[in-house]
Amino acid sequence: MVAARVKRVHRRTNKQVADLLESLADTVVQAARKKEDPRFDIPVRALSNVDFNPKKRIIEMGKAKTARQFFNLGMAKKFMQTMLVADALMELQRQDATTSLREVFYRNKHTIEGTSENTFDYQDESDPIIEDLEVTLTLLREELRVRAGDTGQLLGPLTIVEGGDTIDCSRQGVGGKAVPSIVEPGYLDIKRCSADFVLLIEKGTQFNRLSEDKFWKKHNCILLTGGGQPPRGVRRLARRLHEEWKLPVYVLVDNDPWGYYIYSVIKQGSINLAFESQRMAIPEAKFIGLSSRDPETYGLPRVVGIKLNDKDIVRAKELANYPWFQKKEWQQEILYMLKSGLKYELDSLAKKDFRYLTTDYLPQKLKKPKDWLD
Amino acid sequence: MSTQSGVELDLKAVPESVSPEASGGAAVVTEQKGVVRRMPVKPGNAALQRTRIASSGNTAGVPPAGASAGQTPGAGGRRSAFKGATAHEMAAKHRDISVAEFFQKNRHLLGFDSPRKALLTAVKEAVDNSLDACEEAGILPEVEVRIEVAGNGSAPPPSQADRFIVTVTDNGPGIPKKNVGKVFAKLLYGSKFHRLRMSRGQQGIGISAAGMYGQLTTGKPVRVRTKIAGEPKTHCLEISIDTKRNEPVEHESDTVDWDREHGTQVAIELEGRYQRGRSSVDEYLELCAIANPHARLTYRTPEGETRVYERGVGELPRAPREIKPHPLGIELGMLIKMAKDTKSHWLSGFLSTDFSRVSPKVADEVCKLAKLSPRMHPKELFGDKAEALYRAIQHSKFMNPPTDCLSPIGEKAILAGLVKTLKANFYVASTRPPKVYRGNPFVIECGLAFGKGDAAQAKDPAKVAAEQLEKIQNGQVEARAEGEEEDEEVEMARVIRFANRVPLLYQQSACAMYQGVLKTAWRNYGLSQSKGAPPQGPLVVFIHMASVWVPFTSEAKEAIASYDEILDEVKRAVQECGRKLAIWIHKREHAKNEFERRNTFQRYIEEVAESCKRIKNGKLDAERLKRQLQKIAEHLTGGEETDRILNKKKEGAQEDLENTVELTPEGLKGDLPVLGSETADAAGSGAAGPLPAAAVKVPEDKAPPLQTGELIAGATAKTKQVNLDLSKARARKGAKGKSGGKKSAAERSLFDE
Repeated sequence: MVAARVKRVHRRTNKQVADLLESLADTVVQAARKKEDPRFDIPVRALSNVDFNPKKRIIEMGKAKTARQFFNLGMAKKFMQTMLVADALMELQRQDATTSLREVFYRNKHTIEGTSENTFDYQDESDPIIEDLEVTLTLLREELRVRAGDTGQLLGPLTIVEGGDTIDCSRQGVGGKAVPSIVEPGYLDIKRCSADFVLLIEKGTQFNRLSEDKFWKKHNCILLTGGGQPPRGVRRLARRLHEEWKLPVYVLVDNDPWGYYIYSVIKQGSINLAFESQRMAIPEAKFIGLSSRDPETYGLPRVVGIKLNDKDIVRAKELANYPWFQKKEWQQEILYMLKSGLKYELDSLAKKDFRYLTTDYLPQKLKKPKDWLD
Repeated sequence: MSTQSGVELDLKAVPESVSPEASGGAAVVTEQKGVVRRMPVKPGNAALQRTRIASSGNTAGVPPAGASAGQTPGAGGRRSAFKGATAHEMAAKHRDISVAEFFQKNRHLLGFDSPRKALLTAVKEAVDNSLDACEEAGILPEVEVRIEVAGNGSAPPPSQADRFIVTVTDNGPGIPKKNVGKVFAKLLYGSKFHRLRMSRGQQGIGISAAGMYGQLTTGKPVRVRTKIAGEPKTHCLEISIDTKRNEPVEHESDTVDWDREHGTQVAIELEGRYQRGRSSVDEYLELCAIANPHARLTYRTPEGETRVYERGVGELPRAPREIKPHPLGIELGMLIKMAKDTKSHWLSGFLSTDFSRVSPKVADEVCKLAKLSPRMHPKELFGDKAEALYRAIQHSKFMNPPTDCLSPIGEKAILAGLVKTLKANFYVASTRPPKVYRGNPFVIECGLAFGKGDAAQAKDPAKVAAEQLEKIQNGQVEARAEGEEEDEEVEMARVIRFANRVPLLYQQSACAMYQGVLKTAWRNYGLSQSKGAPPQGPLVVFIHMASVWVPFTSEAKEAIASYDEILDEVKRAVQECGRKLAIWIHKREHAKNEFERRNTFQRYIEEVAESCKRIKNGKLDAERLKRQLQKIAEHLTGGEETDRILNKKKEGAQEDLENTVELTPEGLKGDLPVLGSETADAAGSGAAGPLPAAAVKVPEDKAPPLQTGELIAGATAKTKQVNLDLSKARARKGAKGKSGGKKSAAERSLFDE
């Protein structure tokens, strides 16, 4: 029943996507008929065009746009490339296939007839155009059927259907089930889930520690990791578990500015993908650790700390200025780290005991929700 | 007067170093090096030392007093450690050294350090002498250089030969028989050393050194043939050098018939190596042709080719005037020598008559400052007094020296020289007003030759781009895979340097002229440039310094010292030319861009229209879309109308660039010299008997590639073609030529002050 609903949504999206892509071609045809310069207005993807919405508690894209015109020497090539990418994406829709960014690049790469010039020379010419189209047509990459990286693992009491296979994610050994890059309904359906919460972990080391120690069984949770900054698939899956199965999401990261930012991306969305915050961000996510005060509270010696380098300090100060880090507790947290001059990796908990994370740190943290940061 | 005193310095150095020779050869070397370094490159010192040598030269075996005195401390120090020699033993080892000995030990100072350089130096000295002599006598020079492999019968190929005969023939005034021996076989005999006057050779050492080198390496005498106008006899002599006495020995004297009215021919057989390319005889003569467009040079290579560099201008350069030394340009030693030689009886009179820019009033002031009586006899000027006067001079103010003593090449002539020798698309030249460094007047001139000069490049750049496109369309260009950039060859500009019209071939990076080129911000002129490197592009930068005293960094006369005044002038001259080059480059770029603009749209239209058709799943008339887009493209870029306007603008603006020459599809256009080869031939009075046309055959492809085909290795065919173009341009621009004449008159008045 659920599957049927999801399928319907997917088909409709498919038609919408096709219509939107076709509208690009129509723009050109109409402009040519009117003897005008064909142009697209593409939203700007930069910090300058990003706003924090305090009500929704997510980062939203502003209204600034740049024109991409054909009859402008500086943009003509990019315009041509945009049309080629649109063409490739349209073909994906027709073939009902997904592809990678690199494959899109190869599909479009050829020498322009009668010249020595290539349509594309490098993949980094092609990738941003896909993002341009995502924002211009307000489509998700998944809807465009382009996959991002597949670096994510999942483990816990839930059953999913993926590519026609039913997978019990509690029976995936210690390595866990790989999280695909497209986790939209239709691609990945969640059949059953009995977990109480989702623990989103920054690094694989801690994911492995917790899976080896069967932490998820004892605490009835889903372990999820993205290997550093989590890719879209991981973020979107966490969001779905949160939205569809009402699971709270707790984030466990290193105690450094980069850990803070990973948390903020999961919670409010990122600057580059601000247009996807709506579907990716989890404003209710909680920061469970490692916080600046933890070393003191849990008796981590100073010797396992790492001195903040210049880059860390600059980044920390930047974070302190972001509108979504303005809460008093966060300002104190960042200040505390800057004052101590040290950062701590999750790995440093091993100083106490190899299993300290499983047996002491997390159980204690889970008991004290007041210590979490929001 | 002149340069480098290198030789004189070392003649002096040698007696000092003779004694340690016994205790170790190394000591000699260091000693000499020390002396060379210590010596400021100044005329005063040179002259001073020369006199010393002259005075002690004939008294054999008596070491200069200073020499033994100089050695004593060193010897004393050694005595404690070794079994020392007594002063008398040491003195017994002192002896006069012969010129030949000196030469053998110091041949590197005169440019004979390697066989390859020796060949070049011999040619260079002979050619410099010929040009100087012709110019001074008011004759348009015709110089023929012939290099042959020496050997009887089975001579090895030139590239492997180690013995050559260099024969240089000119149409100069000839040399009286009694002087011939001294000119060619006595070191330090010459007319130029004693004068402060702009000339190529300066110290009377070059040609005799070449002769001595030949004699030392092959045992053959120098063969000379000379004829003076109006005299019936042509003298033929074989001259060798008595290396002990530095005196010429004439072996044989004969009189023969010579089919020219006047001239001199010198033949030297020497050990050498013939190579082409950088710093070769070939390059030297080519550069010579650029800096001496009034000369007709013929070069018969060892391979049997004949290259003729025809005249680019039919007028002799204005004869430079001799000037008296400027007080700020002399050294203490020179001051003392001049005071000894002067005819004045009063110190103030000596200052005001023997120096330029010293009025009696200024002379009195200088004396006052030196606390010397103006009525003092100059002969009493030595020791503290001389030093006081010298210091007073340094602290006094004088007018800058007169500058009419200089004879720059001139913009038109530089252009003529560049055009006839270098293939390029754009030429520009600039002569700076005279400036002064350390009391010596000088002029810096710059010329640029840009482009490879192929007919293809002379065309409208838009057309060139279109042709390139056609080539691609014919499938002659392969598709590029990832990471395969278009290989663009980075070509560095070539800097050619000249001092008093003599090409400088060695020590480029030590030279102020080269440094001035590096320090110019070429990016401002549309060329890319890495830090500390010459600009990139098919460019030749010509720099010439004309001065009565060129401050070479060493006796080998290879690089000019970096005086700020000289560096600044070089930069300014380069900038003047650079600005004009930038205008020209910019204009061409603009036209090219306009073509590429339209072309860009045209080639993308195909892709865009086809993409649209595929997105619409084939439900689109792509051809119609293409036509519509093309119309918009044409409308936006102005279509053919733009081409017309662009061409018009280009021609209009070209008129504004003075002292430039541009290669267009119709030939050369611009400020070409008014005088052509016809007049030049007439002026040459046929003295040298211009070669019959049949003899002049140079296969163009045999021309050695000196640098990426920029230099035409004197290919006669090219020269002729250029001449044709010149006359065409002349015909078209009669009016323009006249204005050019006016300009040069204006220049002249500038130098006449």
